[in-house]
Amino acid sequence: MPWTRRHLLTLEELSLAEMEQIHSIAAVFKRALQRGVKKVPALRGRTVVNLFLEPSTRTRLAFEMAAKRLSADVISFDAAHSSTTKGETLRDTAQNIQALNVDMIVLRHAASGSPLYLSKILNIPVINAGDGAHEHPTQGLLDTFTMKEHLGSLRGRKVAILGDVLFSRVARSNIYALSKMGATVILVGPSTLVPHWFTELGVEVSHDLKSALADAEVVMLLRIQHERQVSSHFPSLGEYTSMFGLNKARAAWLNPKAIIMHPGPINRGVEIDSDLADGPRSVILEQVTNGIAVRMAVLYLCSGGSPERIPDGSD
Amino acid sequence: MPALWISHAQVIDPASRRNAVGDLFVRDGLVVPSLSAAERKRAKKIEAGGLVACPGLVDIHVHFREPGQTHKESIGTGTRAAAAGGFTTVVCMPNTAPPADNAGTIQFIKDAAARDAVVRVYPTGCITVGRSGQALAPFGSLKRAGVVALTDDGDCVQSNELMRRAAEYARMFDLPIMDHCQDQSMTAGAVMNEGVMSTRLGLRGWTNAAEDLVVARNAILSGYTGAHIHLQHISSAGAVEIIRRAKADGLRITAEASPHHFALTDDALASYDTAFKMNPPLRTEADRKAIIAGLRDGTLDCIATDHAPHTNYEKDREFDSAPFGVIGLETALAVSLEVLVRQNRFSIPRVVDLLTRRPASIVGLRAGTLAVGAPADICLFDPKGRWTYDAKAGFSKSSNSPWHGQTLTGKVRLTVVGGRIVFDGARIV
Repeated sequence: MPWTRRHLLTLEELSLAEMEQIHSIAAVFKRALQRGVKKVPALRGRTVVNLFLEPSTRTRLAFEMAAKRLSADVISFDAAHSSTTKGETLRDTAQNIQALNVDMIVLRHAASGSPLYLSKILNIPVINAGDGAHEHPTQGLLDTFTMKEHLGSLRGRKVAILGDVLFSRVARSNIYALSKMGATVILVGPSTLVPHWFTELGVEVSHDLKSALADAEVVMLLRIQHERQVSSHFPSLGEYTSMFGLNKARAAWLNPKAIIMHPGPINRGVEIDSDLADGPRSVILEQVTNGIAVRMAVLYLCSGGSPERIPDGSD
Repeated sequence: MPALWISHAQVIDPASRRNAVGDLFVRDGLVVPSLSAAERKRAKKIEAGGLVACPGLVDIHVHFREPGQTHKESIGTGTRAAAAGGFTTVVCMPNTAPPADNAGTIQFIKDAAARDAVVRVYPTGCITVGRSGQALAPFGSLKRAGVVALTDDGDCVQSNELMRRAAEYARMFDLPIMDHCQDQSMTAGAVMNEGVMSTRLGLRGWTNAAEDLVVARNAILSGYTGAHIHLQHISSAGAVEIIRRAKADGLRITAEASPHHFALTDDALASYDTAFKMNPPLRTEADRKAIIAGLRDGTLDCIATDHAPHTNYEKDREFDSAPFGVIGLETALAVSLEVLVRQNRFSIPRVVDLLTRRPASIVGLRAGTLAVGAPADICLFDPKGRWTYDAKAGFSKSSNSPWHGQTLTGKVRLTVVGGRIVFDGARIV
């Protein structure tokens, strides 16, 4: 199947086949990354700019690593030391970057919809690395990639997404990906952070942790985002933890083979106990590792790479 | 100024219960019953077969940005947009820079209107000093300077106590208080309606309750003080119901609806197009239907555009950063005809009423009628005329319209102010 997209903006608009294509190419790159020479020549001579206008550790490093493993030149852009602090608009910043003849922009921005906005202005591919509370498509892709590595097909699997769903772009991207892959998604958390509107996206909403976790094969925790909550959505972190924090006793409600996921950064002791985060069921660091291969696949496909002839360095 | 003879028009004047094909005569700036044979010979005759002649439209909610923000609009350009849309009377909101909270600024606006306007311009004054919601503006000197209403539009007076005193004090001057109903504690950071769409788009939502609460507050304060409180740009079904009950109780409440709120819903935001970002936000289909029902049964008294110009460079931003507001003067009539008449079976006289007599009566203006002796403010339009709206080629200085590029039905052919043709269907005269 040929790949037709120049941009990766949302998982809402991606088909199941497109997501599976990204996964299969990610699997090829993942194998390449396990060799002694990790670099592949796929994007040699290309330049990727990481335009990160919101703080990020994992995603920025993973995109940077992915581009480098593809032999691209990478420029990472730090909001704190840029002209955006002088009031330069996103449009102007991005057009200036394009004027430097770069080949691709990876955008992280606090405003939902900003990657779509840039994609209409620029002539080069725009990859969404997280926009506001909207989507984080590569996170959704790496999360489902990781789930499939552990569970095989996700059809009929129960996935509980626990925590601050309202403000979570990770949740939204996972909802779209998991729904298309046939998983049963249940969102759980306090009623202020998991509003009923989400049922319209075709998922279940619950405020009862025990029934939500019962027999789930995946529990995905979301960080409580203090910085996005302008008004009080719950009384205190302590109360949140007492009701929805994942601890050993509660993890026992899960399917015995369930995996525990978290997109990071973790608030240890708030949404998850340390011993679970570091325990055998946790795949949190695998998610980080898989983030490189998945982003390599995305950068490769959106820069026009052939889905059939993948330069994985093996020839 | 030659006499005018508009012949064979469908003359619709709800104020004088006129709705028949006939002639309309104007002499010395006034509507007259007829012209003598000699006058007819010299008069400018307009063949208006198939066209509707109605009172010049009245918009009690426009932002002309003067003084202070004339990069967006000015009284000169704003009134040209009004004339092109068939409006002959507009009421300007006071959220200028500086705000119109003192007689000097009102005088500035009146001077600018006398110099630059092509339609009638009436100013409003602020409810509070600097629109900051802290202390009452000088209603007495504002009234003497010529304001027709008081409003902090764009902001809403948050303090119930201050609003109560404003209502009580305004009553002494017989000035209506116009309120932009929004509980700001519930809308911090919000950029669109709260619901399925905001959930999908990851944009911060603003619940109907933020409007409904203040609408209810105002109904209660109107009842308590006896003051006339006018509720601006109602967007929520709940608010319509509260107003319906308040009116049944005999309260001095009036309310307006904007074309975008009865024509569009938040589904329009799927592509984060800031031409659909306004305050209050586009809401759901249920809200849209409730607004139409409110206009039908009189719960909502009139149509007002909330014409809110912003430049391209201000609107061409990430959705969160773009300012609220859309322009509407040049499209209001066509959109009202499309949605209310064609889709919802309102009569044309009914829509004309919502755009003329009723808004004029809310602020007590001598406008909105073609009765003999009235100022000859006339809108002549072709109810079947199809045209494509190019906002960038329009008369407003700004082009932030949700209808840019769309084909609309209902075209203004002539706008007359005080007996003088100001818009001839293509250009300002």
